[in-house]
Amino acid sequence: MKPTPSFNRSLWAFHFNSGSCNGCEIEIVAAITPRYDPERFGIKLVGSPRHADVMVVTGPVVKKMKDRLIRVYDQIPDPKLVMCVGTCGISGGVFYDSYNLEGPVDEVIPVDVYVPGCPPRPEAIIHGVVTALAKLERLEGGSA
Amino acid sequence: MSEEKKSPYIIPIGPTHPALKEPVMFTFRMDGEVIRDVDFAPGQTHRGIEWMGMRRNPVQIVHLTDRICGICGVSHTLAFSRAVEQVAGIEVPERADYIRTIIAEFERIQSHLLWAGVAAHELGFDSLLHLTWRVREQSMDVIENLTGNRVNYALVQVGGVRRDIVPEQHRIIEDCLSTYEGLLGKLLDLFLHDKTIAMRCRNVGLLSKDDALKLCTVGPTARASGVNVDLRQDYPYCAYGDLDVRAILPDQHLGETRGDVYDRIVVRLLEVGQSCGIVRQCLSEMPSGEITAEPKLAKLLAICKKARGEAIGRVEAPRGECFHYVVMEGKEAPTAWKVKASSYSNLMSWIPMLRGEQIADIPIVVASIDPCLSCTDRVAVVRSGSRSILTKDDLHRLSVEKTRRLQQ
Repeated sequence: MKPTPSFNRSLWAFHFNSGSCNGCEIEIVAAITPRYDPERFGIKLVGSPRHADVMVVTGPVVKKMKDRLIRVYDQIPDPKLVMCVGTCGISGGVFYDSYNLEGPVDEVIPVDVYVPGCPPRPEAIIHGVVTALAKLERLEGGSA
Repeated sequence: MSEEKKSPYIIPIGPTHPALKEPVMFTFRMDGEVIRDVDFAPGQTHRGIEWMGMRRNPVQIVHLTDRICGICGVSHTLAFSRAVEQVAGIEVPERADYIRTIIAEFERIQSHLLWAGVAAHELGFDSLLHLTWRVREQSMDVIENLTGNRVNYALVQVGGVRRDIVPEQHRIIEDCLSTYEGLLGKLLDLFLHDKTIAMRCRNVGLLSKDDALKLCTVGPTARASGVNVDLRQDYPYCAYGDLDVRAILPDQHLGETRGDVYDRIVVRLLEVGQSCGIVRQCLSEMPSGEITAEPKLAKLLAICKKARGEAIGRVEAPRGECFHYVVMEGKEAPTAWKVKASSYSNLMSWIPMLRGEQIADIPIVVASIDPCLSCTDRVAVVRSGSRSILTKDDLHRLSVEKTRRLQQ
């Protein structure tokens, strides 16, 4: 995709684990390491939600993490996007009948980009970030 | 200024924090920069997997065990399958045992490299994180070639494995192994002879052999403290009986054992080399034959449905012993299923490790046991708001009482 004039900063993501199995975490970290290297486009993981444009949520949202998910979401400055990585966050996946789930993610906070897969490949995660970037530009008034 | 008592003060960290990828809540009692005491509360990723498992049949549970933990999926699946196979009396073909061993060792290779990168990151050495993760991608390629997926392989199933290793794949595996064996010297050199890493890791996060034994520590964390445990050596399963696997202890390489973070790095890196050797030996000695005891899933289910009894499956996961207990009583779903992942045994060793350390050492000490909370998390049920703490003696008493009750 070609950045529009409203592309005025790089995209920073904050990763939130809402009870995932670690598979998506590993693939997210794999996606930021040298083979894929999205950092050359300014896409990187940050340690604080207050620095982030995109929230990357993994996991099916277990009971204990629901309030924290909402709190972290509120801390991200607008305009913000939420990316849901992994099948269990989208539909519950293999954990669909668990007693401890409050999810899927889009029942707790609004989700903009879904990346399916258990876990999705790093390429899919990067594609999700690019999709999010396009939407963020639209939110900011670009014409993409 | 008033003469108020200023120490100890409390620092809460978590549950969402940038150091680890998983949520865990720490409460540190600090005296200046020094940690006086620490408490932690896991349980933020509890998904109720055992409960779900008791409503599914063993063929379905295999996919659930893969997702107990995204890093050591093979170990959980293998431990569960071995337990069910024992209950149902299924004899696993020898070739399947060798393929299981190969994939389990590849899992160890990728997991230890992953950990080495995370450890470098916690020390603030990000170029080393990127180097190790770039190197790790080759093992992910091999795993993808063997199983069809990078994570959550679903290769192991009850009765055998799902895919064979064909001769064309031997070359890809061999390429990967020789690259790693060539790189291992470089990695050891980078990690062990780097001044920064030695300064940050030597004599940090000490765990004495006594404490390691007392806290029932397992896996590389225990071995780094000088405890000679390795299920592959002590209770061989799969093809390990035919192979000569010896536990790797830090004094073999360094001449002494201190039980610090540095020793844990040594043990894990040397195990990468050991795993390469095991895979190579498996490839050359792998017998031909079937890869599963029962290729038809409907028949396999019927066998499992008739099974009665209880069994345990023990597997040396990358982080230590992984233990599954299964009871089947002639129904489709198991009557009981209990998982004890390796991190469950290792988490308590955080407390002696962290006492007396500084705030800046928290990330590397916490990461040094390679914690995997998604394997471990349990749910705490609080009844009517009252709280009670069970000591080891209480738990022992309860356990004895239960045994007596069952014997009647």
